[in-house]
Amino acid sequence: MNEEGPIIRFTGVTKVYPLPAGDVVALDHVSLDVMPGEFLAIMGPSGSGKSTLLNLMGCLDTPTSGTLFIKGKDVGTLSDDELTRLRRDHIGFIFQQFNLIPLLNVIENVEFPRILKEREGGCTERCLEVLAAVGLEEELFSHTPAELSGGQQQRVAIARALINDPEILLADEPTGNLDTKTGTGIMELLDEMNRRGRTVIMVTHDQNVAAYARRRITIVDGRIA
Amino acid sequence: MIFLTFAVRNLRRHKVRSILATLGIVIGVFAIASLGVMGNSINLLATALISDVGDTIVITPHTAIGGAGFAGDPRTVVEATIPDADVERIEKAAAGHRVIPVLQGAGEITVGNEGGYAQVIGLATEDIPYLLDLEEGNNLRTGSRGALIGTYLAREYDLRAGSRIRLGDEQTIISGVIAERGFAFDINPDYAIVIVEERFRDLFPEAEGYDYVVIRVTDPAEIDGVKEEVDGLLNRRDDVVDITDSREALRQVNEIYAAMTRFLLAIGGVSLVIATVSILNVMIISVTERTREIGVMRSIGALRREILLMFLYEALILGIAGSLIGGVFSFVGGYFISIAAVQVLTAGTTFAEGVTVFDPLSVAYILFAMVFGTVTSVASGLYPAWQASRMKPIEAIRG
Repeated sequence: MNEEGPIIRFTGVTKVYPLPAGDVVALDHVSLDVMPGEFLAIMGPSGSGKSTLLNLMGCLDTPTSGTLFIKGKDVGTLSDDELTRLRRDHIGFIFQQFNLIPLLNVIENVEFPRILKEREGGCTERCLEVLAAVGLEEELFSHTPAELSGGQQQRVAIARALINDPEILLADEPTGNLDTKTGTGIMELLDEMNRRGRTVIMVTHDQNVAAYARRRITIVDGRIA
Repeated sequence: MIFLTFAVRNLRRHKVRSILATLGIVIGVFAIASLGVMGNSINLLATALISDVGDTIVITPHTAIGGAGFAGDPRTVVEATIPDADVERIEKAAAGHRVIPVLQGAGEITVGNEGGYAQVIGLATEDIPYLLDLEEGNNLRTGSRGALIGTYLAREYDLRAGSRIRLGDEQTIISGVIAERGFAFDINPDYAIVIVEERFRDLFPEAEGYDYVVIRVTDPAEIDGVKEEVDGLLNRRDDVVDITDSREALRQVNEIYAAMTRFLLAIGGVSLVIATVSILNVMIISVTERTREIGVMRSIGALRREILLMFLYEALILGIAGSLIGGVFSFVGGYFISIAAVQVLTAGTTFAEGVTVFDPLSVAYILFAMVFGTVTSVASGLYPAWQASRMKPIEAIRG
């Protein structure tokens, strides 16, 4: 697959979660291409399988059957370390719960993926650049997550997702824990990241949020409707 | 090094928990090290107390219980003696070596108004210089009615060369004071009175034969040959005598003390095991609490081994901190415990002078305990750390 091909390709992907009460089919033969630079919204009711789809895209999970290519690599054939490096170097995560690391301050949280990749950190230029990009005030840089508002935390989380300059940004209900005004700010930020050429894939059940995306798909009972 | 930072911060975040876990290691290390030091001090002391070299054979009347033991061992204090005829045969078997028949009994002594019983040893005049050194005074002459006195007994009754005591019914002049001898294989005169054989026979007219016979070989290499000769000549038909040598006795003593040290170390080991369990507990709690954090770290690119390392650092820090503090306590504690133990064992003697906590082996015990404490705490962190590293990010992140 060359540079012009899809950055993410699902071919007949099925994901089954084995549970004591019986297997749950979360995704049922899903085929989907995501092209570089797309802004995709995945919609659907809760339990429909949209989060499973996002987790597969983020290499947090592997398909039960079918093939999934990320940047041309078949994730089913990758080792845990290879999957981890793929996440670290090419994918940025934005969670509904922000998921900052409570032991670290703002700068350290943002630098963390960079330290994992480059083995060095500190308050680098790159760090200040991404923090400026998400519009976080400088006086908050030494604060810990507990001292920040939800909107501020999500900005830090986005800065963290951007630090290693990934091609793909994955966002799971990024505005789900924020008020409308703050949520709008975050969506404008994601929109800007997409305009700068990043592929943005977002799970949401909010129509207003989904409106930012240039392509929308809906998942129902593990299938693309 | 960010994972080291994580470890430090996490331990600091749960200060009380970390301190308690460290305390467990401190106690464990302290127990192992100080008991090891104490065992070693007692060992050193035993070595200082035993004045033998491997050139002595002791022949005692055969007892059913087994003959190995020291002179003064209760098992040898039985009515059995070695008859004159057997002593002559021993002399024949050990020709060329010094054969010293020893008489032993308990005699009543009176010093001024004080009185009591003391051990009385009878030796041939010419044998005395082979066994005993004098601290002061002169040796006994053939046929002398005087006595030599053990140093502790002399100190107890405030006696010196020239003092008079009453031994049995007879006024006796102390001719000399015997130098401190300690715990010896052949003869233990520190609390005894030594008189010549003729005087002994007068004091104990009913005594026949000898209590035991000491052979001083001219060369330690000949010890086995002499033992065989004596055994061949005396024990041909029945076991008449038991023959032991000082090497064997030394080995037995060393074994006893080694066993004691091992026992003390085992007690220390048990406390370290308990400390290990507490670290394991702390680590498991830490991993459980931080499941979500682990999930986040894994999601944004932390490798399994990096998560493993982070938790091992925590265990390592607890282990090193506990071991260092425990090591310092051990130096101080081991020193005082040793002093106390040695004082109890050597009350009134001068043998404890060479015993110190700064003996290389004592330092080795402390270092061993510190290394052991660190290693066990890392080992106890292995399972929780491994567990943390195996978590699936997707499941961990849900908490």
